[in-house]
Amino acid sequence: MFEIGLSHYLSVAAILFTLGILGIFINRKNVIVILMSVELMLLAVNINLVAFSSHLNDMVGQVFAMFVLTVAAAEAAIGLAILMVYFRNRGSIAVEDINMMKG
Amino acid sequence: MSEVPNVVPALPELFLASAIMAMLMLGVFQPRDTAEKEIKASRLISFLSIITLILAVLLVSTLSGGRLVTFQNMFVSDPFAVYSKILVLIGSALAIVISQGFIERHAMARFEYSILIVFATLGMMMMISANDLIALYLGLEMQSLSLYVIAAFQRDDTRSTEAGLKYFVLGALASGMLLYGASLIYGFTGTTNFDQLAQLFHGGGDSEINIGIIFGIVFILAGLAFKVSAVPFHMWTPDVYEGAPTPVTAFFSVAPKIAAMALFIRVMIGPFGGLVGEWQQIVVFVSMASMALGAFAAINQRNIKRLMAYSSIGHVGYALIGLAAGDETGIRGTLIYLAIYLAMNIGTFACILCMRRGDRMVEGIDDLAGLGKTHPMLALGIVVFMFSMAGIPPLAGFFGKFYIFIAAIEAGLYALAVVGVLTSVVAAFYYLRIVQMVYFEEPVDPLDKPVSRDLGLVITGTGLVIVLFFVYPTPILNGAAAAAASLFGG
Repeated sequence: MFEIGLSHYLSVAAILFTLGILGIFINRKNVIVILMSVELMLLAVNINLVAFSSHLNDMVGQVFAMFVLTVAAAEAAIGLAILMVYFRNRGSIAVEDINMMKG
Repeated sequence: MSEVPNVVPALPELFLASAIMAMLMLGVFQPRDTAEKEIKASRLISFLSIITLILAVLLVSTLSGGRLVTFQNMFVSDPFAVYSKILVLIGSALAIVISQGFIERHAMARFEYSILIVFATLGMMMMISANDLIALYLGLEMQSLSLYVIAAFQRDDTRSTEAGLKYFVLGALASGMLLYGASLIYGFTGTTNFDQLAQLFHGGGDSEINIGIIFGIVFILAGLAFKVSAVPFHMWTPDVYEGAPTPVTAFFSVAPKIAAMALFIRVMIGPFGGLVGEWQQIVVFVSMASMALGAFAAINQRNIKRLMAYSSIGHVGYALIGLAAGDETGIRGTLIYLAIYLAMNIGTFACILCMRRGDRMVEGIDDLAGLGKTHPMLALGIVVFMFSMAGIPPLAGFFGKFYIFIAAIEAGLYALAVVGVLTSVVAAFYYLRIVQMVYFEEPVDPLDKPVSRDLGLVITGTGLVIVLFFVYPTPILNGAAAAAASLFGG
């Protein structure tokens, strides 16, 4: 029988994390997609933490994951709020329109 | 388990947190139905915030004794934390002082402004005192979340909101990387506590090192380099500095940078101090690249805020030399440098805030033309700050660089010292061009005349610190020496 071990969880987390980073850099359409990519990165970290916590029989990882979840919610709220303010000024949230300043 | 933790080491943070709640309540219940009342409420809360920060400085300095840990070793207060916290608190208080006039004129005088700054300051103090990866993350996020909002605080201005959005996206990316690194460190060592990590890696710990730990350190390094805006993670800095309202930029360039630098030092010297060999090359590279970019990319800038962004990237490069040395002299040099950087940058931004014409802010370097004839005192201030940034003796900036380069040479990092000296010569070019603009160009369209009293006071105060540093440098030198010693003593 095929056993699912620590390394499988770590691989999934690493793939999700990479997808999150790629989503931020490759995405040329919509800022909402960037917010989703950020969430994906944080969730990858949570998978890592919980997998390690179960592997090490140590609660700290799960406590850490709880904190990360809470902060991720606050971060998403603030990100959406800033996005709303930006949309009111600019009337668009396309990534290629965020170019008032060169960079 | 249920015993009450010792709250004494965290007293300044607890005081700050309760004071913020009280001020928030006070602000909410002020009458704010007209613009004048709104301004009145914002003045009151700003004044109270400054008082709170000053009281916090006093509280912090009572803790200067030794190393205290509390909250299950998650929180540490040592002379290093005390020194960095005092710098951060002074930076935040001065930032609020120079903000008030600007936010009143630009219809952003809402009382939440100074409360957000104090919230960010609280996050910075938590970061500086973090003794655990969880505490580090929470402090960092508390700081960052407040900073994203302050960057977009001028909410009817496209550039300000764009700066907020960019800062948010890249800051969240940095937090994600730092967190991924933290999870790897936790997984491969089984602990998140800095003291236990330091014990584990003590003396190189060759048997303990595996690829997972190295990856974890690299990810944490990348996240921290983002927060101090070191090359190659600097790309957000020029845009955010240019877009954010000017007093916010002044705040960004001092307090969060000093706090992030302190955190960088704490993480690298504390838990990963035994692994100097593994991370030293990375820090050397980051430092060299930051100095070079700070020197060369600023040459073509016409916008003074963008120029200051590149200048601050360069200064971070110099400060990182001390960390790259990785010994007590190096850290002492970095801490002295940060104190001087605080005075120089707040002073320069106070001068930039005086650049207005017909009630509008102007940000071009050309707008400074002929300032020496129209505003002799302001011009003198700008010249002092620019000479100091360029590192011309006997101004304070020279001594900052001097201690850093001495440390690099003692640690045998000759290449780093040589690159540092060469780039500071290149950087002197654009600082001196501002001086040339001020004194040797004809005024075209003079700036508005009266410089407000708050700004004048800040410029005079920081200018005096810069000029008179060589007469009485003992407090800063001793403070930095004690702070550096406390990191290596235990």
